[in-house]
Amino acid sequence: MKHCCLIISFFISNLVSASESLSVTVPDTMEERVKACTICHSNKNRVGRDAYYPRIAGKPAGYLFNQMRNFRDGRRYYQPMAILLENMSDEYILEIARYFSSLQLSYPPPEKIGIRPEEIKLADSLIHLGDPGRDVPACKSCHGEALMGIKPFIPGLLGLSHAYISAQFGSWRNGGLMRGQNSNCMSEIAKRLTDEEINAIAKWLAIQTVSGEPSLPGALASEFSHRCSNIDPENMHSE
Amino acid sequence: MKYLIQLSKIYIQEYIVSVGSIIIVLFALIFAPIPVYAESIQLIPTASNQNRSLGEYLSRVGNCMGCHTAKGGVSFAGGKKMYTSFGIFITPNITPDKKTGIGYWSKEDFWGALHRGESPDGRMLYPSFPYTEYTKVTRKDTDAIFDYLMSLEPVSKDNPSSKIFFPYNLKPLLYFWRKLYFKEGIFNPDNSKSKEWNRGAYLVQGLGHCSACHSSRNFLGASQEEKFIGKKMTGVSWYAPSLTSRLEAGSGELEINEITELLTSGITKNTVASGHMATVIRQSLQFVLPEDIRAIAIYLKSIGEENSDVASAESFPILSKNIRNRLAQGGKLYTKYCEDCHQSSGRGIPGVYPSLAGNRSVTMASPLNTILSVMRGGFPPSTTGNPRPYGMPPFQQIFHDEEMALVVSYIRNAWGNHSSLVTEIDIERSRGSSRD
Repeated sequence: MKHCCLIISFFISNLVSASESLSVTVPDTMEERVKACTICHSNKNRVGRDAYYPRIAGKPAGYLFNQMRNFRDGRRYYQPMAILLENMSDEYILEIARYFSSLQLSYPPPEKIGIRPEEIKLADSLIHLGDPGRDVPACKSCHGEALMGIKPFIPGLLGLSHAYISAQFGSWRNGGLMRGQNSNCMSEIAKRLTDEEINAIAKWLAIQTVSGEPSLPGALASEFSHRCSNIDPENMHSE
Repeated sequence: MKYLIQLSKIYIQEYIVSVGSIIIVLFALIFAPIPVYAESIQLIPTASNQNRSLGEYLSRVGNCMGCHTAKGGVSFAGGKKMYTSFGIFITPNITPDKKTGIGYWSKEDFWGALHRGESPDGRMLYPSFPYTEYTKVTRKDTDAIFDYLMSLEPVSKDNPSSKIFFPYNLKPLLYFWRKLYFKEGIFNPDNSKSKEWNRGAYLVQGLGHCSACHSSRNFLGASQEEKFIGKKMTGVSWYAPSLTSRLEAGSGELEINEITELLTSGITKNTVASGHMATVIRQSLQFVLPEDIRAIAIYLKSIGEENSDVASAESFPILSKNIRNRLAQGGKLYTKYCEDCHQSSGRGIPGVYPSLAGNRSVTMASPLNTILSVMRGGFPPSTTGNPRPYGMPPFQQIFHDEEMALVVSYIRNAWGNHSSLVTEIDIERSRGSSRD
């Protein structure tokens, strides 16, 4: 019989003399503390490796905080993130979110992928106008005029790879990304879009030159803040 | 709420120019879903309230919430899946909801479950609920825990039934299992030992149910006679090391304050807790009272001293050229990826990055925990004693299996460490279940 609760791995080392190590100091910084994150989420050491990991620097802190808690608490599924965050307090997660949000790093150049003129036209229309007939809002109405997100909860869409954006759309459609979370505006929107439209949007976003910053909270119209389950008016006054 | 205050500091500049009502809304929203695990304790000191707060404390020690809460779910409302080779157990709702929880239970029913492993209708319980250990908990303590659970807000949550595999789902088998392996009984103090030792033994053997993980099991999942000798956790990948052996996690040679520091903060100058132990520290042990943690440490140290395991002094065989080459390849990877934190000496940074040289978790016979630590990385638990831990990257994102085998083999054999080499097959096997 097993009881999942107490497995162990204690690193109990011998009482070796620490004299040698004492001369080495570790910076008391967030940068040092989050090396476990930056091994994937940084531009360094990534040559030839999976380009899937999204950029997190400069994203709104509330968005990062929510996503990290979603990974930890099983509402967004990705095992490596769930394991890293498993025993982390909300306070510390918030500090890490603030740290990455505050980083001002240069953006990568636009991804070099082919996009056909009709794809540009299709994406352009959905991103700037949406499709009211299908109740698909324009991307920019929630993700900001510059598509760099709206503080503190809505992420920017630029500076991410085509592969990453496509994968997120796929997950929203299948309920994989926000597993366990009942309704999500992006799930509904993703289900209304065709493969062709999703592909065009993902390509369009990936080939933009990135500039600008997340918009301030006032930029989000109330009709959209009501629509998103991350900004649910029902929960606004509860604690 | 403190989170609100904290957030307001953070975002004050961002919000200063925005519309006030939106601010309130957004603040409330980000923090609204944070689960609050402990019910507030009423401040009027009646006997019943005192019992309830004792019960709250004891439920922490037993970590009831750890199993009776689904990931991201409401505390004590159950629904956590426990994958075992006997089936998938789904923990029940133990809030006082009359229909879906234990609201209709009496104190006697609760005692029956913990002490005899029986549900109120007389059904035998599966020992995934560790009544094999809880049977030692006193009636006074189980009553206090019951009072506390009954003071919680009832939560209506119907959890799915457990899926127990054939033949373990046959009740006669459970009957025989209990005849063979379950001994109802109370904790009998050893009068030759101190009061503290006995308190520690009571907590470790009973409510703390340490042997649920740290004892080896036979093929029917029963604890073996010899307790705390370590085992591979079934259904999950980690190895729960022996609490008696000097070669594993026995505490015989540690100072009492080093044991208490590890159990409450998750880290000491030489040591760090990882895997499921880190979770137990976060959920339970960091809240245990200093006198109880000290008692636990005294008991653990004493069982560590009884064991006579010693590192074999025999010389290790001379390594072939081929093996030396492989270790050298592992060494190169170590220099590139690990040395920055764990140092070329393998001694790490005290209190921050654990030493690998002479680290028993690295050198013990089972390489599982070392492989998993390299593969998955992780952060020690956030605790009062170590609220902002430094992390280890998940190298499964970087290394191929072969590279992982090389680097683990290297650290098991560098700086005077001598342990078996690890192959790609070991790496693949360690991957095991992705559910834990």
